Amino acid sequence: MATVTIKIKRQNPEISGKDKPYWEEFTLKDVDPTDRLLEMLHRIKWEQDGTLTLRRSCAHGVCGSDAMRINGVNALACKVLMQDVGETIMVEPILGLPIVKDLVVDMEPFFDHYKAVMPFFVNDDPVPENGRERLQSIEDRESFDDTTKCILCACCTTSCPSFWANGKYVGPAAIVQAHRFIFDTRDKASQERMDALAEPNGVWRCRTIYNCTPACPRDIQVTKAIGEVKLAIRRGSPTGIIKAIG
Amino acid sequence: MQIHKHEAIIVGAGGAGLMAALYASKGGTDVAVVSKLYPTRSHTGAAQGGISAALGNLDDDAPIYHAYDTVKGGDYLTDQNAAMVLADNAIDAVIELEHMGLPFDRTPDGKISQRRFGGHTSNFGESLVRRACHAADRTGHMILQTLYQQCIKQKVNFFDEFQVVDLIINKDKCVGVVAVDIGTGEFHIYHGKAVLFASGGWGRCWEVTSNAHSLTGDGAAVVLRKGIPLQDMEFYQFHPTGIYRMGILITEGVRGEGGVLLNSRGERFMERYAPSVKDLASRDVVSRAIYDEVEAGRGIKGNNYVHLDIRPSTVNRFFAEEGRPESDYIDDAYVEKKLPDILDFCRTYLGVDPVKEPMPVQPTAHYGMGGIPTNIDAEVVTDENWAVYPGLYAAGETACVSVHGANRLGTNALLELVVFGRRGGMKIAEDVKQMEWTDLPSDAGKAMESEFKRIRTSKGKTKSHELRQKMQNMMMRKVGVYRTEETLSEAVEELKEMKQLYYTDLTIDDEGSIFNTDLMEAWELGCLLDLAEVTAVSALNRTESRGGHSRDDYKKRDDENWLVHTLVHSDSGDVQNPNYQINIKKKVDLSLAEKDDKFIPKERVY
Repeated sequence: MATVTIKIKRQNPEISGKDKPYWEEFTLKDVDPTDRLLEMLHRIKWEQDGTLTLRRSCAHGVCGSDAMRINGVNALACKVLMQDVGETIMVEPILGLPIVKDLVVDMEPFFDHYKAVMPFFVNDDPVPENGRERLQSIEDRESFDDTTKCILCACCTTSCPSFWANGKYVGPAAIVQAHRFIFDTRDKASQERMDALAEPNGVWRCRTIYNCTPACPRDIQVTKAIGEVKLAIRRGSPTGIIKAIG
Repeated sequence: MQIHKHEAIIVGAGGAGLMAALYASKGGTDVAVVSKLYPTRSHTGAAQGGISAALGNLDDDAPIYHAYDTVKGGDYLTDQNAAMVLADNAIDAVIELEHMGLPFDRTPDGKISQRRFGGHTSNFGESLVRRACHAADRTGHMILQTLYQQCIKQKVNFFDEFQVVDLIINKDKCVGVVAVDIGTGEFHIYHGKAVLFASGGWGRCWEVTSNAHSLTGDGAAVVLRKGIPLQDMEFYQFHPTGIYRMGILITEGVRGEGGVLLNSRGERFMERYAPSVKDLASRDVVSRAIYDEVEAGRGIKGNNYVHLDIRPSTVNRFFAEEGRPESDYIDDAYVEKKLPDILDFCRTYLGVDPVKEPMPVQPTAHYGMGGIPTNIDAEVVTDENWAVYPGLYAAGETACVSVHGANRLGTNALLELVVFGRRGGMKIAEDVKQMEWTDLPSDAGKAMESEFKRIRTSKGKTKSHELRQKMQNMMMRKVGVYRTEETLSEAVEELKEMKQLYYTDLTIDDEGSIFNTDLMEAWELGCLLDLAEVTAVSALNRTESRGGHSRDDYKKRDDENWLVHTLVHSDSGDVQNPNYQINIKKKVDLSLAEKDDKFIPKERVY
């Protein structure tokens, strides 16, 4: 692979003529198959056009800054290798959130949904008398392992047609976060979280479309986690569900 | 300029900042956290292997052993009182994290699981000890998430994506900071009684680094520019196992689980460099060994990397040689369970599956042992007499307590964040109750407004990324694992020339206000250049080899002259021509050695 074309959907509210979304094409030479797409976007920004705007930080898939829509599919630009995306690549901001500039969207609505599910550990019981850790079996710890991996990148939520249709829907990421606590045997606020998610903009807006699962850069089984939360709400308790589903 | 008034201003929202915010807030303080990233994007989240505490859940352990390892690992430049505080507070801090819900891996009896890590031993170096509490290989991620969650619960005020660019001083007190709202480009003033910097490291001074793009040392640079010293800047850690050419970290936990380093002949070369603990010697020792193997022509296929091998067949072969019981032997499923993210990185970026093939690794710029000098309560101190700077605090990588001395042990960084973030938060909560408000100076923020205008309208010929690349490449070659007077003198001169270009010949493309990352990157480069220069200046000054500072022309440690910390400060008040001065009168604390001979500095052997 030597030369690639990257088409980027851009928008800059400060410049008339560029304040509506438009596509701009960039050509890059000497591209290696194992180069990351993020490096290519940096090459465009640093060598061709410093106004290109995106978020990024860790560059290896753990901080969640550089979620974007790449050839129509959500991913982190730092986890996408050029050999996997072809020689003409379409890059857009993630959908469903207001655009600030180029690939940068306003994340506030996303974090507001996150905060709405009580995304924090609650247990006001006295701690063990010996002053040490609360005990938890390996199996109980395992039951919510998958959803602890979430990095809040928004790839799942902004791939969800139900979220595109109705931005008030809390979305997959918030449900994943709720799952992490609902199924933690040490936590005491599962009922409140399930009540919050039983509201009209909660978990029932999920139509099991499945876009969220392949979008997750951490390989979280998002749709499965949502299903487990739905079942917990229907049964009125999270107990026994994860083992029952397997 | 919009003015915000909060009793405590925390700069940075990684582990140390969030911990400080949480404990200050719990102590009744009105706290604002100002961070250039959304908190969960902070680099604490990239830390992998674990956080140490002598819980003794699996092996016999005690805080005094942990303190001993920390002092020895730091090549005796570690302040011993601080190391003892770190080791003692570790137990409470880790237990509190569990009580906050942190999902640690568990032992069969339900306790926090622990693993081996480099340099951590039982009974003063007798044998390796399982001390690193972990959650798979994403311990930092879990700490960051847990602390952010608890700050939300505590209703801490967050100002996300605000870049702090200056410190505000009035009547010799720190009274706030100046920040740019990245989203709008507007300047904001944060007026406080206490300001704590927890803004992270400066790994982006080097080309091959494990550090995020955002780790540009802003906080340390902002403080340095006010004439406040930085301490021990010559000590920068190269982690032995970065992914070849990319620098992405492969946790020491791989070696903690039995992984070994092999050269082109398939030799486990660490047996020669550290006969007792081998691959789990301290990081500076292992990084130099890799460098030496490559220099001797034993890099893989003649390249400047070696192999890190966690294939169960290899690991079990060495376990058998060491006479370890068969119950210790590992299989593919165990590696998948204990190191999932490492496997993912290698499969994604290298197409290498570590359960089938060895990983190509090389030393990668990782961690600054130096930074803003503080005492054990995170108060910034400015001289050899430990004079406290009123209103100013620091914690985490940007601070230098010094618990790491000349070389940090693995897992002690996450521990430092929570222990000293917590102590800083508690100290602030206590202090602000006694402190009166000091007014803002009338010109607060004005200087920075004009500096940003200068950068934004620069019409020279040098793009910031070109200059940054030049600096990173030069630092790798001249201020890397090994240094000499020649390479360091050249580095100092070249950095002065680069700075000249930075102030006279910059050009940027984006003249806008909204989310102008072109402008922000250019400003961050100024911070990197300052930190690179004080690193080179401090390294040139220290004519010995100790821990992470290896001088080819002064190969021996010299306790007679150099059992002291380096304080470097600018005495000109001119950011462009700082005229850095060095003071080496600050003695290393040896309080444990006064009571116990084992802590007396001696040659470090692993």
